[in-house]
Amino acid sequence: METVRTQDVSVNDLPWKIEYLPERCTMCGSCVATCTFNAIEAGMERRSITVSTAEGPEPTQRHLATPVIKQKNSVANHCVGCGMCEKICPNKAIKPVRNPDGRENLLARSTGKPIKRGGRNNLQQERTFDKIVIGRISQMTDPSLDSERHTFDILAPFGRVLPPNELPFSTQNGELHLNGQIPPVRWIYPIIFSDMSIGALSTRAWEAIAMATAYLNEKHHLPVRMCSGEGGMPVKLMESEYLQYMIIQIASGHFGWNRIIKAMPKMKVDPAGILIKIGQGAKPGDGGLLPAAKVAEHVQAIRGVPKADLLSPPNHQGLYSIEESVQKMHMSLNAAFKFRVPVAIKCAASATSVSVYNNLLRDPYRICGGFFLDGIQGGTGAANEISLDHTGHPVVSKVRECYQAAVKQGRQGQIPLWAGGGIGLTGDAAADAMKMICLGANGVFIGKILIQLCGCIGNEHGRCNSCSTGLCPTGICTQDPRLVKRLDIDKAAQNIVSYILALDSEMRKMMAPIGNSSLPVGRSDALVTTDRAIADKLAIQYTC
Amino acid sequence: MCRIGAIKSKVAFHPSQALYLMLPQQEGHDNSGFAMVMQDLYGVFAGYKDKPLMSLACTQKGAKLVEDYMESHNFVPVNEWNPKVNRSPGLDIKAMPHYIFRNYDYPRSYKDATQEEKEALLLDTRLAIRAMLEKDELGYIFSFWPDVLTLKEIGDPRDIATYFGLWDDKGDMMAKNVIVQCRQNTNYDIVRYAAHPFFIQGYTLCANGENTFYTKNKEYQKSLNKGYIGFESDSQNFIYTLHYVLHELKWPIQYYKHVITPLPFEEIEKRPDKAELMAIRQSLGHLEINGPNTIIAMLPDNNIMTCCDSKKLRPVIVGRDENTVAIASEVCALNTVLPNRDQEKDLYPNEREVVVITEDLEVQRWKQ
Repeated sequence: METVRTQDVSVNDLPWKIEYLPERCTMCGSCVATCTFNAIEAGMERRSITVSTAEGPEPTQRHLATPVIKQKNSVANHCVGCGMCEKICPNKAIKPVRNPDGRENLLARSTGKPIKRGGRNNLQQERTFDKIVIGRISQMTDPSLDSERHTFDILAPFGRVLPPNELPFSTQNGELHLNGQIPPVRWIYPIIFSDMSIGALSTRAWEAIAMATAYLNEKHHLPVRMCSGEGGMPVKLMESEYLQYMIIQIASGHFGWNRIIKAMPKMKVDPAGILIKIGQGAKPGDGGLLPAAKVAEHVQAIRGVPKADLLSPPNHQGLYSIEESVQKMHMSLNAAFKFRVPVAIKCAASATSVSVYNNLLRDPYRICGGFFLDGIQGGTGAANEISLDHTGHPVVSKVRECYQAAVKQGRQGQIPLWAGGGIGLTGDAAADAMKMICLGANGVFIGKILIQLCGCIGNEHGRCNSCSTGLCPTGICTQDPRLVKRLDIDKAAQNIVSYILALDSEMRKMMAPIGNSSLPVGRSDALVTTDRAIADKLAIQYTC
Repeated sequence: MCRIGAIKSKVAFHPSQALYLMLPQQEGHDNSGFAMVMQDLYGVFAGYKDKPLMSLACTQKGAKLVEDYMESHNFVPVNEWNPKVNRSPGLDIKAMPHYIFRNYDYPRSYKDATQEEKEALLLDTRLAIRAMLEKDELGYIFSFWPDVLTLKEIGDPRDIATYFGLWDDKGDMMAKNVIVQCRQNTNYDIVRYAAHPFFIQGYTLCANGENTFYTKNKEYQKSLNKGYIGFESDSQNFIYTLHYVLHELKWPIQYYKHVITPLPFEEIEKRPDKAELMAIRQSLGHLEINGPNTIIAMLPDNNIMTCCDSKKLRPVIVGRDENTVAIASEVCALNTVLPNRDQEKDLYPNEREVVVITEDLEVQRWKQ
């Protein structure tokens, strides 16, 4: 008998435990083959059993070696709860179970490095949205509309909107004529498919989202736009007419821009917009991270980089002020497309967001075409867990403060506000979007929910969150061609399309009761909350 | 619900006509008040058309404050009409102690002032007096503008008319245009300022309906002009937008409708003037109105306009005879004041139409 070594890792130290029923198992091996994390293995166990084979009871004891499926006692190969074993098992013999006694957080830093993972913030579970309802219901003299029968204008601006007294109008024969150019503004669906790069996503998953975007536009006439993420775009897409549905992102790593610039002379149409990423809501200030494991050959080609960890710096090197940002990046990107394409920026929500927004609102060049604010509940492909869980800023009050700052100056609507970071976290993106719009956002951007619609099983309770590993069990956040094959991209695209069509109906279902046929941007009087602190902070009605 | 009406005539008429227009519609309102604006005045005001006329309801102390203010700001009173009131017991009216309708001459220093400077002075003066009277609830100033008279009171319109002697056609208080409404605002507190018609710098407007974009409109309008204040009613948004589009931006009148009820994006796309309409819609998105409503407005040139919300959720009808055009929420109103008109020529403007009655009673009608 050995003395127990208390520091040894046991299965009970890991965040998920495998529940295995040997009597149901046929040892087909499917679960072991399907587990991308190498968390389970086939092994042998010595068993002692009592059997009786005679006509009368003649119990005898036997010892035998029997094959079983075992979970590895390894932090590096811990089960993430993805449930692929359960999905593939023909006999319901195996499934992961959450282990409340896990000590993962204490064990996983044994390499001397921070814990890395993907997914969302796993600690900030409280949602402001869930304490707000649309409570100003039109009744009697001010009737609700009919969501099925009335027409609704569900579009949002992307681009710099001039104040009315600065429009270059002249009056001739009692009619206004627009003389000269005004900044480009695209009226698009108030839900943008957010920036997830080729690299963070598999090319196929990215393609599924692009297909859904095109289908929604071409077949359903919903002008949904998709942001490329920082990592470039397929040249074929850039040279096709579908480019008009894409917002091209540039971030601090400038990944992919070599090819984008080279493709520009061959572009048949303008892209929908340019999004300069200053920061993101998840792990803000930590920059982008694409682990070498995910930098496959095609990713190297599209980004023009060798196989290595790809880090987008947390800041744009060479930009140290808002004025400079406006002049250098906005100007050059505006100029690149001859001022035909709106250029917006995306920032992490922060205690300083209002100052940034104010500066942009006052910029004399009038060329910032949108302010994207990303909150702490956004998802990510890869990050340090410490940054994901303990840095960031809730987005709801910040969007409200930005809107109120604009109201104070009479500049609301001039730089459209787009909000993201946790939109659709509970599955109801339409409700989140509408509440955000009532608080002053022009629209929202969604990311994580899109890959969840593709089949991602990760959640903010610590399930999977392995986007950083290159081992994504659903083929979405990996570049391993064998894993990517698991993803049925037609089905993934179809799921997104169906969800957005349902969302579109749900948007009407929320506009109709408050009697609005166009988006109630800034209609804070439509919202009520049962939480006094939220009411005070957001300047909406408290109710109980 | 509000009922609204307007009469425009080639011949000056007495305000009792306005009451005859409104009383048949009383099922639709709650008799909680009466408010009217008369423009292009005759009778006792006929000789003072270019002298700003102050319409004031106040206490003794308020009256004194206003007199002192006007004197110290070098306005010279040139004409005054004090209605002889009937204080019979039992009248349903919450009357103020004093009603003052007084024409002033501009301060001497404004002798060579431009029209714009004079307009600014009149607005500033009204706002200053309003602020002064508001402090201790000393009174209300409804308008201060040449050739415009406003009367607002809380109570039963019939009793209010009796109180002010409006039933008796004595020839002292006459006008060619009147806009009228018979209800206090019940969405918010009952205050005299909340009763339409509202007035600012020659623009008068009243509305039957709701504006569900009240908060949006208000938050935007507050920063546009110092005169955009109060917001005691969601219908004030309509007049401030009217004033902003026509007076501040100096856009032609047809663009007002494009601002308050813009065409759907799909329709704009098909228009030859889509560049202009898109620019307007995106720059003035916060002045769009939503909800059911009809408005009637009177402009500085005496033209009267009416239009509806984009879903036509509120009624309005325009009828005429040779010398008079009347607009009202309900046809019964027109049957009373214009019983002999040709009903086949009545207009029921639709959700995209604007109707303007010009000075020579030409009825212009167009789709936005």
